[in-house]
Amino acid sequence: MAGKTLYDKIFDSHVVREADDGSVLLYIDRQLLHEVTSPQAFEGLRLSGRQPWRQVANLAVADHNVPTLNRAQGISDPVAKLQVETLTRNCAEFGITEFGMGDLRQGVVHVMGPEQGFTQPGMTIICGDSHTATHGAFGAIAFGVGTSEVEHALATQTLTQRKSKNMQIVIDGELGRGVTSKDIILAVIGQIGTAGGTGYAIEFAGSAIRGLSMEGRMTVCNMAIEAGARVGLVAVDEVTIDYLEGRPLSPSGEQWQQAVSHWRTLVSDPDAVFDEVITIAAADIEPQVTWGTSPEMVVSVNGRVPATADGDVVKTQSFQKALGYMGLEADTAITDISLDKVFIGSCTNGRIEDLRAAAEVAKGQKVSDRVKLALVVPGSGLVKEQAEQEGLDQIFIDAGFEWREPGCSMCLAMNADRLEPGERCASTSNRNFEGRQGQGGRTHLVSPAMAAGAAIAGHFVDVRNHQAGS
Amino acid sequence: MQAFVKHNGLVAPIDRANVDTDALIPKQFLKSIQRTGFGPNLFDEWRYLDQGQPGEDCSGRPLNKEFVLNQPRYQGTTILVARANFGCGSSREHAVWALEDFGIRAVIAPSFAEIFFNNCFKNGVLPIILSEDVVSQLIDDASNQEGYRLDVDLPEQCVITAQGERFAFEINGAHKHNMLNGLDDIDLTLQNKAAIHEYERAAAQRTPWLFSDIAG
Repeated sequence: MAGKTLYDKIFDSHVVREADDGSVLLYIDRQLLHEVTSPQAFEGLRLSGRQPWRQVANLAVADHNVPTLNRAQGISDPVAKLQVETLTRNCAEFGITEFGMGDLRQGVVHVMGPEQGFTQPGMTIICGDSHTATHGAFGAIAFGVGTSEVEHALATQTLTQRKSKNMQIVIDGELGRGVTSKDIILAVIGQIGTAGGTGYAIEFAGSAIRGLSMEGRMTVCNMAIEAGARVGLVAVDEVTIDYLEGRPLSPSGEQWQQAVSHWRTLVSDPDAVFDEVITIAAADIEPQVTWGTSPEMVVSVNGRVPATADGDVVKTQSFQKALGYMGLEADTAITDISLDKVFIGSCTNGRIEDLRAAAEVAKGQKVSDRVKLALVVPGSGLVKEQAEQEGLDQIFIDAGFEWREPGCSMCLAMNADRLEPGERCASTSNRNFEGRQGQGGRTHLVSPAMAAGAAIAGHFVDVRNHQAGS
Repeated sequence: MQAFVKHNGLVAPIDRANVDTDALIPKQFLKSIQRTGFGPNLFDEWRYLDQGQPGEDCSGRPLNKEFVLNQPRYQGTTILVARANFGCGSSREHAVWALEDFGIRAVIAPSFAEIFFNNCFKNGVLPIILSEDVVSQLIDDASNQEGYRLDVDLPEQCVITAQGERFAFEINGAHKHNMLNGLDDIDLTLQNKAAIHEYERAAAQRTPWLFSDIAG
């Protein structure tokens, strides 16, 4: 019998019951909650007189709506304020731990969970947020769900699921200097497309993935959903175990040893069969910049905005719509695109390593006069504290960046941080959809180093040249 | 949830691939703590010329007359037909709540993003997968023929044109059962209460560090 993939191992060990039609009742170990997708789920529990199945399996934090400025004054938008207060009220009523806005541990849900050790290998983890795949970096099955499933998991600790197919994406070799985990995942999406992973769980493997830190692996898994896959995951190794040791919610004492022995088994068997395998040479990946309104519309920084999609009529139509929305001419060199705003942060790139990479580029430089606003938004209060201990905040402030409080911020612009119509932004977030960062706003997705480089030059630059010269 | 058995409705073409959930319902409307009332803001940025705010009365807002759902001939649309990867992006169920509140009962496309697809079945909106060729034909027909309607027959699993042409579609048994009966699946799951407890007892033996609240 062929071996099992990592995904199959975790999935199979969480099956409560299998139905005749092939769907299974899957046990959910942990649920993360935030203010936007949970109020209607709690309301559902209340209306049907149900209680959470396991209170300690849940952890909540407000992130999407929180202001990144003048936090002591509270939230000025009354609708957002009510939503954040509703989360606090619901957590109190149903006995669920919440990190409030004033808590140092508050942050973007997908930064906070791993940081606390709430995320552990071998778990099934859900959240009412599509970027839940982030937690797969720990060798867990983590996926985003809608509000009905948030309620379902609260009430039953299970979800009805069907097993996905297995895809392995192998990134072998060594990444070039200045090329990061963000460039890996953008290059993958560019190759397989935004629906390329639909129906699959993607395991990222290969020496370049093994060489990434946990932060880098989280960036890669985070955007599995932008390749269409609900689940992205990376096998457990020493990097995973080292990261987890001593975290507040990690197992301790005798249980730590027991957990570690179990975690070491969380790798795909050597003879496991994947339904699809894609191999990319790390050396071929260059810094990436999206030019359009879908993450698959991406080229290398030294490339040009394309005009057509190799004779594909429907795709060429979308290219043309995208160019119109983005206010770009075909054949423009990426490095000729100038920026109005820069955003560094989000669940994709708001971790300490991301801020270090951006600060390295920003150090001793000034944000271009052309750029109206360059924001740095740490992923959590703890990331912010760490960055301040390392003096990164001062590097950013000296260079003319704004240093903000943690939250989702301009990744989706639910709070006051947003683009105005027509404004163009270099952003380390995950989606460049129309209106994502504000109605009429134009988003280019890049790595933190590339975003910092763009802020300083006022247009995109190949950050490898900067690093070679510094 | 509203059951779905058979439906006859007016069809509007959304001639785009990758229609994302930010387009279906922009972020500012996600601040609501209600499950209803999203219909007037469905496709808000495509539908109106100004920027909408939550709680705003939409009846006086300037309409984008070009947008398909604003055209007089598509008033009363209950079926959308669109291109591949419909519903990609965020997990927001608000996207389906907006479709449902607007009056959409079914969406036909060559493929759907998974989270959106699952969310549809929780809200009585039927996502139907048909081939690229058939979808192209339906988009053409709904664009060229005023008052173009389709029948959707869930028990028979087919979409039927006014001329009687039939396009079969696949749907898994559990989804079909829930849609036909308008079922709340939490009740169904709770019929397995004993099995869930049994799973927890066994898992607490295997991985006790995950079950500090449950004795192994």
